[in-house]
Amino acid sequence: MNELIDYIIVSTILVAVGIYGLVVKRNAIRMIFAIEIIANAANINLVAFSRSVNNAQGQLFALFSIAIAAAEVAVGLGIIIIAYRLYKEIDVEEFRSMKG
Amino acid sequence: MADPVFIATAVLTIGAAIVALESRELIYGGIALAISMLGVAGFFLLLDSPFVAMFQITVYVGAVAVLVIFTVMLVRTQELFSKREDRGRKGAGIVLLIILMASLGAIFIFSGLNNPNVMKIQGSGINFTAIGKQMLTYYSPALIVLGLVLAAAIIGALTLARREDLEQRHERTD
Repeated sequence: MNELIDYIIVSTILVAVGIYGLVVKRNAIRMIFAIEIIANAANINLVAFSRSVNNAQGQLFALFSIAIAAAEVAVGLGIIIIAYRLYKEIDVEEFRSMKG
Repeated sequence: MADPVFIATAVLTIGAAIVALESRELIYGGIALAISMLGVAGFFLLLDSPFVAMFQITVYVGAVAVLVIFTVMLVRTQELFSKREDRGRKGAGIVLLIILMASLGAIFIFSGLNNPNVMKIQGSGINFTAIGKQMLTYYSPALIVLGLVLAAAIIGALTLARREDLEQRHERTD
């Protein structure tokens, strides 16, 4: 039987990998990947603690979090398409000016 | 101790997450991200919450992965994706990853969460009638606001991505 600490350790590793991606990568789409990985690590923790204390609200929060992450990806990818149209580039270090 | 299914799911999830960030071609990264999300859904199944697992598969593997792959195809430029990061930054990132993992892991392992008598996975889990009841009673305002947020995000993404210059040119020729 798995203990709670196993899930917490997996989620810690996922958070670390996601933060590594956010720090190192310059490609905007890869940064969105990293954000998704971090969000999923948080969801694992929510559901694991909900299972541990036998409470439905953790699962509810995980459901809300998944839906909000989907909205965030839609807007983020829209912004990336705009930036690509303006700069012909999705390297975040090239996005220096914010003027339209 | 963790059972083999758990370890296999963990290796799949973390390995696919690393591949998603490190693969040379961005489109393989998108597919690896979908596999990683599938692994997270596997964790939800192991935690006896099949409703969240199905929601995860529908939203992430069904919607987000397809959206990401379409965007990768729209912004495809050949020389861009083979551009390398500089080595110093990558090394610093790996050092940061290890420090973060070790410190957070040490905090959790030496905390009371590691005590199997205090924090134990027990009981028969939550059936989804409890989730449905909570969603329609106490959390119904949150559910409605969530629907509005999703609608606003979709409308915002559409507005962001439309091209007014092309539309005006089409209107002039009509």
